[in-house]
Amino acid sequence: MKYSYFPGCSLKGLGRAYEESLLPVMKHLGVELQELNDWNCCGATAYMAVDEGKACVLAARNLALAEQNGGHQLLAPCSACYMVLNKTQHYCQDYPQMKETVDRALASVNLKYSGHSTVRHPLDVLINDVGLEAIRQKVVRPLKGLKIAPYYGCQIVRPYATFDDQFNPVTMDKLLQALGAEVVRYPLKTKCCGGSLTGTLPDAGIRMVYILLNEARKRGADCLATVCPLCQFNLDGYHAQLRSQYGDAVLIPTLYFSQLMGLAFGLPEEELGLKRAAIPFRWRPAAPVAKAGASVAVA
Amino acid sequence: MVNFKEDIRIGFYVCHCGHNIAAMVDCPEVAKYVATLPNVVLSRDYKYMCSDPGQELIQMDIREHKLNRVVVASCSPLLHEHTFRSATEAGGLNPFFFHMVNIREHNSWVHTDRKEATEKAKGLSQAAVMRVAKHKSLDVKRVPVNPEALVVGGGIAGITAAMALAKAGKKVYLVEREPSIGGHMAKFDKTFPTLDCAACILTPKMSEVGSHPNITLWSYSEVTKVDGYVGNYTVQVKRKARYIDEDLCTGCQDCITQCVFKEPKFEDLFNEGLGKRKPVYIPFPQATPQIVLIDPEVCLNFKRGIKPGQEPVVSDKCKKTCVEACGEKNAIDFTQKDELEEIKVGTIIVATGFKTFEAERLPQYGYGIYPNVYTALEVERLVNASGPTGGDVILRDGKEPKSIGIIHCVGSRDKKTHVWCSRVCCMYSLKLAHLLKEHTGAEIYNFYIDMRTPGKGYEEFYNQLLDEGNHFIRGRVGEVTDWAVTKEEEGKLVIRVEDTLAGVVRRIPVDMVVLATGLEPQKDAQDVRRLFNMSCGSEGFFLERHPKLAPVNTFNDGVYIAGCCQGPRDIPDTVAQAGAAAAEALALIDTGYVEQEPNTAYILADCCGCKSCIPLCPYTAITYDETTLKAVINEALCKGCGTCVGSCPSGSIVQNLFEDDEIFSEIEGVLAFK
Repeated sequence: MKYSYFPGCSLKGLGRAYEESLLPVMKHLGVELQELNDWNCCGATAYMAVDEGKACVLAARNLALAEQNGGHQLLAPCSACYMVLNKTQHYCQDYPQMKETVDRALASVNLKYSGHSTVRHPLDVLINDVGLEAIRQKVVRPLKGLKIAPYYGCQIVRPYATFDDQFNPVTMDKLLQALGAEVVRYPLKTKCCGGSLTGTLPDAGIRMVYILLNEARKRGADCLATVCPLCQFNLDGYHAQLRSQYGDAVLIPTLYFSQLMGLAFGLPEEELGLKRAAIPFRWRPAAPVAKAGASVAVA
Repeated sequence: MVNFKEDIRIGFYVCHCGHNIAAMVDCPEVAKYVATLPNVVLSRDYKYMCSDPGQELIQMDIREHKLNRVVVASCSPLLHEHTFRSATEAGGLNPFFFHMVNIREHNSWVHTDRKEATEKAKGLSQAAVMRVAKHKSLDVKRVPVNPEALVVGGGIAGITAAMALAKAGKKVYLVEREPSIGGHMAKFDKTFPTLDCAACILTPKMSEVGSHPNITLWSYSEVTKVDGYVGNYTVQVKRKARYIDEDLCTGCQDCITQCVFKEPKFEDLFNEGLGKRKPVYIPFPQATPQIVLIDPEVCLNFKRGIKPGQEPVVSDKCKKTCVEACGEKNAIDFTQKDELEEIKVGTIIVATGFKTFEAERLPQYGYGIYPNVYTALEVERLVNASGPTGGDVILRDGKEPKSIGIIHCVGSRDKKTHVWCSRVCCMYSLKLAHLLKEHTGAEIYNFYIDMRTPGKGYEEFYNQLLDEGNHFIRGRVGEVTDWAVTKEEEGKLVIRVEDTLAGVVRRIPVDMVVLATGLEPQKDAQDVRRLFNMSCGSEGFFLERHPKLAPVNTFNDGVYIAGCCQGPRDIPDTVAQAGAAAAEALALIDTGYVEQEPNTAYILADCCGCKSCIPLCPYTAITYDETTLKAVINEALCKGCGTCVGSCPSGSIVQNLFEDDEIFSEIEGVLAFK
């Protein structure tokens, strides 16, 4: 299994822990990721809001580069990248004018986007290409006793539900269960994390964060698992504001699903970016008990 | 030798069809052009050719101008070919010396350039004029109609149709897949808008069907094969094993009481899974026929682990207290097998009904996630006196609801599921709101997109519900969640909805949610469609021949449709439609014969007997004659599709009305036009 890998800005910046944990986990599962050479901004957030045409051109350049390198399967772990790349594909398909704009811009740098590349999300690859059984086999330290609230955020299922249900996604639930964790029922799994409101309209943004964390705590979760760098940042980074706004910091950690996978696979902790979180995650799975006559490989 | 140039005398008529054609085609110009063509002795344009004066014009001209061929350029032959053929015949000619040109559906209605459209009309008319010159005199054949009829599906539609036929003295086979007739209506508690008890009005009809001497009722049976043609169908019916001899069972139900299972413990589908039944059971108290059946999947006297589709195997491990209880009646027969019966009928009414939308498909409404979310059909059973709770509205968690939300349009009017309006949900939601309020005194909230209450007494019923103090909130519900924000919401289901009249997003906490699921085609509608050689619309409901003028006919003559298998409708409409289907069938039966279009194919003497046409015929009309060593076409079975004609390697098959020189002349006519 081989994929082009589009990290986007987050995975090299604030969301570094996502990349740090995702790369060794994928490697451990035999998934080969080749970082897209000379990638650029995906076109998300401000770009998309101000000028859709320019945003699509930016995204399409990445898609065109992927095609040029023969990597028709482009892995985009960040939810914003994933959504914008998908949106660009849809826009180019549905609106001839947009395709023309994109084609013209790409032609000026001798690039061409045919529309044949597929944007994939790590959850999609893990569930549908790798398979839960293969994942289960790699689990040496089951996350037994850990209660997780699965939090998907909005962008990987809306507006395009490509591999999971739009209103009730379940792929991460299944994945976490395969790791041996207990998944608590979390009806807010696709509710807004506050997005950039935490910066622009802090009162409203912090309220969203509070609702999510409070509900996870109420349902007995030890932590939240997420797939999105912005969600992770919002849920992890505003506890001081929560304390001043609500008198309740809700100190519940938010991890990337890939970090939890790494722990279950027994990968070295220091490689999983666990220390980057503001709210420390102290829980650890029990060490593997070697069965008689069987050696347990710990990478 | 006949000199064609002198003998052929064609009359041509181009119809204005009011403005339908004349607005886009210059009809006098077309008539003027056609008048110049060879063999045309008369060419007219006329406002309405289908009117009586129009038809008389043809008849008069035939006599006065010694016409021997007629061409009318007007609408689709589907509408008026028969009209003009009759006029031609009334004028003294063989009706097949007529040919029709469609310059409306194929021309004026689809074009926007008048000049081009006129040119096209000329070209098509020239083709028809050249074709009709080659037409031959043909005879219409009459085939007798078998007076017995088959009704498929024993819901209220099938029951009504079967009774209508039986009362008219016709023998009817009524085939129902489930162990009892009654269909969905038998599950309902009350019916809107009059609130009469569904069982009270349905069960008398059911028993009437069960005992009528003209009706052979086969429940727990399915049609597996249909051969033949209008008036003469041969139908194979699978009578599924119920492990009970229908002739011996008296319906005493002692076997049920005495079953080794003291308590019912298996899913009761008639009660939508809300109740339990035993392995030997009768679906509901008024089931017709009153005959029990045994479910081999759970009965201890059958082996476990038999895969679906495989025949059950008797284990003989049970004490068989049921057999003991049955005693001398000796009706229980564990060795019974599915049986195939063959019947011959002339007409078929398909009334196979609908299924409700699967609420699990919309996880945001929480069906299957939150126990207190119900489908409307479940609530019908919940409020029913013969239902699993005896009519008490007790939730799955044992509580009685103090507040109830009814969500409309679940699986209807939604591009993500079904785009159509299911027509009955607004009204049955009102009915359930009324019944639930009556049973529980709870606060009732209806969440609707539009209230659709067209029907006799329906709007009045809606007003009644408003007066009863029910809440109506306009807006499609976003989600049902147990995410509580306030103390009052704790332990409740919260309905989140944009109230589009007040312009606010609301959170309504309730104890019970009812999903008004829409109607969709049966799962196996496509198989049934193929079985009866019908068509389906894009949404999967069976397609009527004409949405307005032939709503119970299908494209297969002799096969009629009634009820929700054709599209969502309520009981009054279903009953009316079933009556119409029965009337159509009766008209055919009492005519006694069907006329067959003579566009059938026949085999020429130079057939070499290669048999390549035989497997290609979709109607199995071709056989091989071992004595003459040639293929033979059964004219009664041939539908004139032309497949064999095109495939014959030696060109030895000819089709009436589509002979080579007819088709080539037509092509020549259209190509010669510049």
